[in-house]
Amino acid sequence: MPIKSETITIKINDKKIKVPKGTSIYKAAALSQIKIPSLCYHPDLKANAACGLCIVKIKGMNKVVRSCATEAQEGMEIITHDKELYETRKTVIELILSNHPDDCLFCQRNQNCELQRLASEFGVRESRFNKRLKEIQKDISTTSLIIDPQKCVNCGRCVEVCQNVQDVWAVEFIGRGFDMSIAPAGNLKLNNSPCIKCGQCSAHCPVGAIVEKDEVETVISALMDKNLYPVAQIAPAVRVSFGEAFKFDSGDVITKKLYALLRKIGFKAVFDTNFSADLTIMEEANEFVRRFKKNPESLPLVTSCCPAWVDYLEKYFPDMIDHFSTAKSPHEMMGVLSKTYFPKIKKIDPSRIFMVSIMPCTAKKYEITRSDEMFASGYQDIDVVLTTRELVRMTKSAGIDFDNIEEEESDLILGSYTGAGTIFGATGGVMEAALRTAYNLLTGEDLPNVDFKDVRGLEGIKEAEIDINGTKIKVAIAHGIGNVKDVLERVKIAKINNHEIPWHFIEVMACRGGCVGGGGQPYGVTDEVRKKRTDGIYTDDKKQVFRCSHQNPYIVKLYEDFLGEPNSKKAHQLLHTKYKARPLYMK
Amino acid sequence: MEDNNLNYIENAIFEGVEDIKLSEELMEHIEKWKDKPGNLIMILHRVQQIFGYIPLNVAVKIAKELNIHLAKIYGVITFYHFFKTEKPGRHKISICMGTACYLKGAEKISDELQELLGIEIGQTTKDGLFTLETVRCIGCCGLAPVMTIDDEVYGNLKPEDIAGIISKYTNIKTGV
Amino acid sequence: MNNNVILVSNNSPHLYDKFQKLLTEKNLINKYQLKKFNTFGLNTYTSIIKIYPDKIIYVDSLENDIEEIVNDHLINGKIVKRLLYKNEHKNYLKSGPLPIYHKQLRLVLRNSGLIDPESIESYLSREGYRALAKILNNTTQDNVIDEIKISELRGRGGAGYPTWLKWNFTKQAQSDIKYIICNADEGDPGAYMDRSVLEGDPHSVIEGMIIAAFTVNANNGFIYIRAEYPLAIKRLEKAIKDAKEYGFLGKNILGTNFSFDIEIRLGAGAFVCGEETALISSIEGNRGMPRPRPPFPSTKGLWEKPTVINNVETLANIPLIILKGGDWYNKIGTEKSKGTKVFALTGKVKNSGLVEVPMGTSLREIIYDVGGGILNDNKFKAVQTGGPSGGVIPEDKLDTPISYESLNELGSIMGSGGMIVMDHTDCMVDVSKFYLQFSVDESCGKCSPCRIGGRQMLDLLTNISEGKSDESIIEKIEAISSAMQKASLCGLGQTAPNPVISTLKYFKDEYIDHIVNKKCISGKCKSLIVFEIDKNNCIGCHLCAIKCPVNAISGGKKEIHYIDQNKCIKCGLCFDACKFNAVIKS
Ligand SMILES: Cc1cc2nc3c(=O)[nH]c(=O)nc-3n(C[C@H](O)[C@H](O)[C@H](O)COP(=O)(O)O)c2cc1C
Ligand code: SF4
Ligand code: SF4
Ligand code: SF4
Ligand code: SF4
Ligand code: SF4
Ligand code: SF4
Ligand code: SF4
Ligand code: SF4
Ligand code: FES
Ligand code: FES
Ligand code: FES
Repeated sequence: MPIKSETITIKINDKKIKVPKGTSIYKAAALSQIKIPSLCYHPDLKANAACGLCIVKIKGMNKVVRSCATEAQEGMEIITHDKELYETRKTVIELILSNHPDDCLFCQRNQNCELQRLASEFGVRESRFNKRLKEIQKDISTTSLIIDPQKCVNCGRCVEVCQNVQDVWAVEFIGRGFDMSIAPAGNLKLNNSPCIKCGQCSAHCPVGAIVEKDEVETVISALMDKNLYPVAQIAPAVRVSFGEAFKFDSGDVITKKLYALLRKIGFKAVFDTNFSADLTIMEEANEFVRRFKKNPESLPLVTSCCPAWVDYLEKYFPDMIDHFSTAKSPHEMMGVLSKTYFPKIKKIDPSRIFMVSIMPCTAKKYEITRSDEMFASGYQDIDVVLTTRELVRMTKSAGIDFDNIEEEESDLILGSYTGAGTIFGATGGVMEAALRTAYNLLTGEDLPNVDFKDVRGLEGIKEAEIDINGTKIKVAIAHGIGNVKDVLERVKIAKINNHEIPWHFIEVMACRGGCVGGGGQPYGVTDEVRKKRTDGIYTDDKKQVFRCSHQNPYIVKLYEDFLGEPNSKKAHQLLHTKYKARPLYMK
Repeated sequence: MEDNNLNYIENAIFEGVEDIKLSEELMEHIEKWKDKPGNLIMILHRVQQIFGYIPLNVAVKIAKELNIHLAKIYGVITFYHFFKTEKPGRHKISICMGTACYLKGAEKISDELQELLGIEIGQTTKDGLFTLETVRCIGCCGLAPVMTIDDEVYGNLKPEDIAGIISKYTNIKTGV
Repeated sequence: MNNNVILVSNNSPHLYDKFQKLLTEKNLINKYQLKKFNTFGLNTYTSIIKIYPDKIIYVDSLENDIEEIVNDHLINGKIVKRLLYKNEHKNYLKSGPLPIYHKQLRLVLRNSGLIDPESIESYLSREGYRALAKILNNTTQDNVIDEIKISELRGRGGAGYPTWLKWNFTKQAQSDIKYIICNADEGDPGAYMDRSVLEGDPHSVIEGMIIAAFTVNANNGFIYIRAEYPLAIKRLEKAIKDAKEYGFLGKNILGTNFSFDIEIRLGAGAFVCGEETALISSIEGNRGMPRPRPPFPSTKGLWEKPTVINNVETLANIPLIILKGGDWYNKIGTEKSKGTKVFALTGKVKNSGLVEVPMGTSLREIIYDVGGGILNDNKFKAVQTGGPSGGVIPEDKLDTPISYESLNELGSIMGSGGMIVMDHTDCMVDVSKFYLQFSVDESCGKCSPCRIGGRQMLDLLTNISEGKSDESIIEKIEAISSAMQKASLCGLGQTAPNPVISTLKYFKDEYIDHIVNKKCISGKCKSLIVFEIDKNNCIGCHLCAIKCPVNAISGGKKEIHYIDQNKCIKCGLCFDACKFNAVIKS
């Protein structure tokens, strides 16, 4: 809640400005339209004060200070730019470059890299200093992320996000001085560390030191392969972020342009993960209602559509596995349908289907081989996951003029969705969608007003209570995996002491804001961007004729034609999964 | 400061890490420090004192006892030069790779040693007897190529001499 | 009272044992008190024996000499001349204070060597804990602050920040939990002032901490000490235990409401942990990486609570100031730098050891009068103060009176008190390389200017010392220095270029000599030495060629030999081998 805060008056480059007390000099400068050069600071994170570029002078102080980590004080007179500061910053950039490979042309961050941008802005035209690189091998142990310590500028953002935001502690600095380097926990391989592949490190890294495993070429080859039948699906959160790489703003809903794009790229059919999100709700809401009515001690039910969260729970809280919804995540449900139902009606050989998921997420790359159930169709249900960022690169290499592309429709029936499916992309969305359908299941009626505003927004843990014909259903929503511990703790304590459980239904998303802030989304995410993307999601929801999953006529049809009932045997076989305790560390 | 009311590392699985029973004395030390904030370094000091380094399975044990992450422990161990992650061998063999030694065939000596001991430079033999490393000129160029074992200098080396020299040290161990 | 005392320096326990044995045998054990004392004042000697009341000092005695001392001196009253301490004029000194004490004023080291550091009674007998009793009896916290303010004591950890001001910030900070930290991390190469205080007089530091705690309302204290000082740790542990037993520490100190406890925390081999915010990180159990200041520890320190961090020497001054008054202390020293400073005087100086002099003493007085001049009467070149954060001071600045300001003006710093004397055989490029190497090894690695800048600068200096540079290198060094000074996060990086900058300032010619003429006049930079054979002296004995490990020397028997400079690796073996002085080193 915005409390009326004290303001202070300071001078920045001789211009007076009022800012709220507690504002850093860096932010205060931004408020007066001055961008102080920086490399280690990220607005999501606590300032680490490492790079030394954001230095400014303060009248009356003999030392320069780091603006990112220094609070503005009443009456301060600050100089952000002068010759000396310029020269110092430029030398520091040159020094950083002397410890960094000149690999831009071969780098995933080319044209999208904070260090490259600084070098370009400061007009660094020669390398005055000798190259002195770290001699540490890349870590390619996971199927989601690649760590290249040689490119790391030791900014500390990944450490901060992984330890203090996500509370996973998969990465840490090891060594010190010139040899200090980023490394997975215990100096093991990333895959043997607690890493949950959420990719928040990659989303926050200013350079190409932690990047998603690039699968663009695999997809291009598949598209060229005459024997294959390539199909694609787009996740809810991609439609509100992808456009940022083109002329669109965060939150502009460009779903139909994306369908068109994927066809132009060469996919033979384009589905929408929103459809399978509706399906997930059918399965999960039924599961919830069943547990709620018949097996209340098995509550709370916890959502399981975020694979990073699944990994976290399997590693850190295996004793809570029974609370997990067994429903697969939407894109996995789509995967299995694309290789069972779809080839059946299309009369093609399922082995020819090549399924590509376009996701905001790096953990989905891991998820597709997570367990045997991910092969329920008899094949690997999803062949490749591309992140939003990878699709941007692919679009550009394919030379498609996305700005002016004509809208198209998705392929029915796996491409039709309701508002409930689309809101999966934002924190609280899965819960809201589930409640819309659970209400119907419990009462036989549809909600007059489907908007559950309490479950929306960026607060780390949200709680709500829903009255369904006199039955109170209590729910909690956590996003940013670091918030989960508090929620689980309360559940555990209640259960140990035989108290009433605090909530019946819990939604967890590993990324702050949910998938709109996913680890595979376009760079530069801040809360402002998260909000815009979220707004886009809810706009899309509002626009839909049907806003509850069970109202989706094609979902109804799918059950009639193929799956039978929600939670039926067939549904279980294809749409549900199992969980098991996994080691937190492996040697 | 972390506050973990829920000890969730204690029950975590550490695959491939042999469980180790710590001595009573060390456990007492850990117990004494357990609830004091900032205890990690004081505990690592004792481990280093007892083992000569911080073995992975002891680090894991500490993680569980203190409910802290292995990442944190390794971050700390590798920051402070006092703490080691590898057990040093009983004898340190240093091969001089200075110019004179190099020109006089230090590389062959180094190859021979690596082959005989079955380890690479920077490693320690399985039995913990030898650690192999290279050094720059040790000021005995006249004797090049040169190696030292602990404080003993061996000069004018030929690959065929190495086995004999090494056996002097292994015999000390196997002999009565 | 028995005032026949024999003091034996504690670096020679075997002599002590020998005395004990002989005195017992000869039935003198009741006549003489045998004691150990701390030798930090004079550690160029293997042993020192002082005999009172005669005030005779014997040095470098061996075990066999003890018998002679006992027989001749103690029994027959005859001084053993050959063992007597000699001053620089080779005169034997029969009595009186050692010249090294001349010009010294021992305040911080007031008890070192005179008391038994492991006995609290010994400390008590020299007014120990009297200051604490005084403030607990009838002084307010503000009185203490005033007294320290009047004394104008400034922090001895390096920066010289007014101690009263620091205390006052913490006193005024609102918090029910506050901490006192004693910074005993002393990591400067060649400095051991704090160690000597902790080993020689641990209670004085503890008393200082208790007074600080009383003044700012702190109930917990930490002594952060490097693990490399086991004896100091042992003595501190004993001292803390004893102080608790006597009621100076713990609950309700001396029956008042004031409670305060001290814990020891060990460093683990990281120089940067002497920096106060890194030290705090380390006590908190983390990687010792500095944090930005502000906020300063005095308001947001250990576990975010207001924290006073003081150096050992600063704290050891406190009881004295409380007892004798701020006015008294203020009279010692210069206008802005009061009191004394302990220096670890080493390098090419005759008497190396710890010296404590009043502020305002000149460098020349310390080096020549206290230190006895340059070793082997070589030519003085420069004196380095402030360790890796400091700089060198050349001959013509030797008369500068020492103070925080004057040393800063000269481009060096007071630092914690390292003072290294250099003569004409020392190379200034080599010296700056040495210090920079230290800073590079000890950089925590957090910030890019220090982590990378230091490394790059070291590479540049190495190039200079290897003759692989041109004049553009100076500009690069200056650019890196400037960036490091301005953009580094903590004092380590900000001051790491100082040794380089100051040698460049005073000895630029020497750099140019290396860079342009590829010459190192002091012969330190190995790559720049040239070995040649003097045609006139070479008789063609071929010995040098046999010795040369890389076959760089050619020449037949009885012919004049020749060194191929491209092959030569400058090992110097030929130089040592030639019996006819025909190999020349230049
Ligand atoms: C790299 C670095 C190392 C330091 N090492 C020490 C040290 O070993 N001992 C010390 O007392 N102060 C050291 N300091 C200074 C401390 O940060 C701090 O200023 C001092 O302990 C404050 O005590 P004082 O006010 O009594 O001087 C160091 C500073 C830096 C930047
Ligand atoms: S990380 Fe940035 S600067 Fe480095 S190679 Fe990649 S694009 Fe270039
Ligand atoms: S930016 Fe310059 S170097 Fe890079 S590809 Fe273009 S022309 Fe070549
Ligand atoms: S993917 Fe997530 S858990 Fe893994 S290292 Fe990155 S931030 Fe940490
Ligand atoms: S990997 Fe990236 S985010 Fe992490 S420290 Fe290095 S540069 Fe920063
Ligand atoms: S919140 Fe979404 S983007 Fe983030 S890990 Fe989970 S599924 Fe992936
Ligand atoms: S200046 Fe050096 S030691 Fe200090 S924080 Fe930066 S890298 Fe670490
Ligand atoms: S040892 Fe001396 S005299 Fe003999 S050949 Fe060499 S230079 Fe000539
Ligand atoms: S200095 Fe050494 S390498 Fe050079 S010529 Fe003499 S012996 Fe040979
Ligand atoms: S942005 Fe402030 S130090 Fe890097
Ligand atoms: S996009 Fe599918 S669960 Fe987030
Ligand atoms: S090069 Fe080997 S001892 Fe000098």
